[in-house]
Amino acid sequence: MTGTITRRDFLKATGAAMTGVAVPAAGLCAAPGEAGQGAGRAGNGSGLLAISLNVNGAERRIEIEAQMTLAEVLRGPLDMTGTKVGCDRGACSACTVWVDRVPVASCMMLAVDVGERKVVTIEGLARGEELHPVQAAFIAHDAMQCGFCTPGLVMSCAALVESKPNPSIEEIKDAISGHLCRCGSYPHVFAAAMDAAKTLKG
Amino acid sequence: MNRFEWTSAGAVAAAARLGPVTVAEAMATQSGAPGTAATVLKAGGIDLLDLMKEGLLTPRRIVNLRGIPELGRILEGADGSLRIGSLVTLAQIAEHPLVARRYRALAQAAGLPASPQIRNVATIGGNLLQRPHCWYFRSLHHHCLRKGGATCFAFSGENRYHAVFAHEGCAMVHPSTTAPALVALGARIELLRRDGSRRMVALESLFLTPEEDIRRENDLKPGEILAAIILPPMKPGVRSWYERQGEQDSFDWPVAEVAVVVKLDSPGICREAAVILGAAAPVPYRAKAAESALIGKPSSAGNARDAARAAVAGADPLSGNGYKLPVFEALVARAILHAANQG
Repeated sequence: MTGTITRRDFLKATGAAMTGVAVPAAGLCAAPGEAGQGAGRAGNGSGLLAISLNVNGAERRIEIEAQMTLAEVLRGPLDMTGTKVGCDRGACSACTVWVDRVPVASCMMLAVDVGERKVVTIEGLARGEELHPVQAAFIAHDAMQCGFCTPGLVMSCAALVESKPNPSIEEIKDAISGHLCRCGSYPHVFAAAMDAAKTLKG
Repeated sequence: MNRFEWTSAGAVAAAARLGPVTVAEAMATQSGAPGTAATVLKAGGIDLLDLMKEGLLTPRRIVNLRGIPELGRILEGADGSLRIGSLVTLAQIAEHPLVARRYRALAQAAGLPASPQIRNVATIGGNLLQRPHCWYFRSLHHHCLRKGGATCFAFSGENRYHAVFAHEGCAMVHPSTTAPALVALGARIELLRRDGSRRMVALESLFLTPEEDIRRENDLKPGEILAAIILPPMKPGVRSWYERQGEQDSFDWPVAEVAVVVKLDSPGICREAAVILGAAAPVPYRAKAAESALIGKPSSAGNARDAARAAVAGADPLSGNGYKLPVFEALVARAILHAANQG
């Protein structure tokens, strides 16, 4: 890797400078090889990073730009649009996925920062045709109306019932406290989560 | 978000050698002095991404600290102190049994900001060093004093969530919910310098008032990395409590919050007290009059009310936030009694 300026870098830099954002002259000549440690670099001069992302048990090798969030990569290059993006600021939790089984807002995590950790999305929750107990309970309890917030809510509820065998209603409310549902399906969601916990317990 | 170079640091010293600047400095130079290449550090990345998505921060390079093992650990010292690495998440702190047992106010405070999804990623270091959430500061269209502009819009504008104390020049409230608890508990911080040396300071001394520097909320020097927060051993009879009030019960910024630490002797007389208010001032605000009012007295409901009145006596509310004073008063009295009466 050398300090070659690509046309894209140049246009990007001059464009930014024209809008009043400081762009260092030195930045145009910086060796891109200094960056990308631990992330891999495509090495094709495109400024793309070659990463491997473990999503729903499969290793996916993709080339992305560093500023792409996990939500953008899931919905874009990986074509998994089950994960929804509402606010894109971590304020609605529609984009909730698991990273190493912990629910996170995928809009507030850079895809390049996921590293070795395993991502599970709504597409990876069912086992073949067999729905996850939380998914089945959402259907049984009519726990959605427009459905936009549903994938995120299901991921949060599923993480809770899998880690806590007997969640209280308070624990369920706490687990989904970050989720906004404009249709107001919350009471049905609480009931579905309680029901799913019982099913999982057997 | 703008394009940037991405680098992962394997060790703190390696990150320091890459020449990072603070986010405050990166924001100041990009608007004031084109030509400076800003390298910034990323912990959990929540505030960093927020600032970048709003177009307020456009770093040239981001150095990821997340993979540095030293920063992600909670370690108990032989002397009973507790060292919390700066990249430990708020969720990990809230769930840590030792934190809950010894430093209850911190466990309570760490379990409440934002949502579970955010607390699973947001770090204690990032929580302390995040930039203010004043809506004028966060708006690209308001060039406020803190961003190098000519005015603080909060004094004549919408200020119901702004400061009621010590707001000379800028009416932001300090954004960290863990800071009042950590300051009340006497936390120190360990900062790693670019040359590899380390310095320890009281957390309370890190924060800067607008009079001291209106462009920065803390005295972190360029290149310095917050490595750890160190909580002192808890002396016998010391108890702590955190209270907050928001407009919503969960997933909301507090309009008022308080952390109280008291040391009671065996007849129940208060010998030491710390009363720190959050969402109150541009820094975590020590209510000295309330502390003095408590010392030497039993922790009765009447004495707690007297101390709470003293806590808000010197307040200077703005046009739209006078409602905060009775809220603070109620929270201070409640926190004192909870702290004193817990088992």
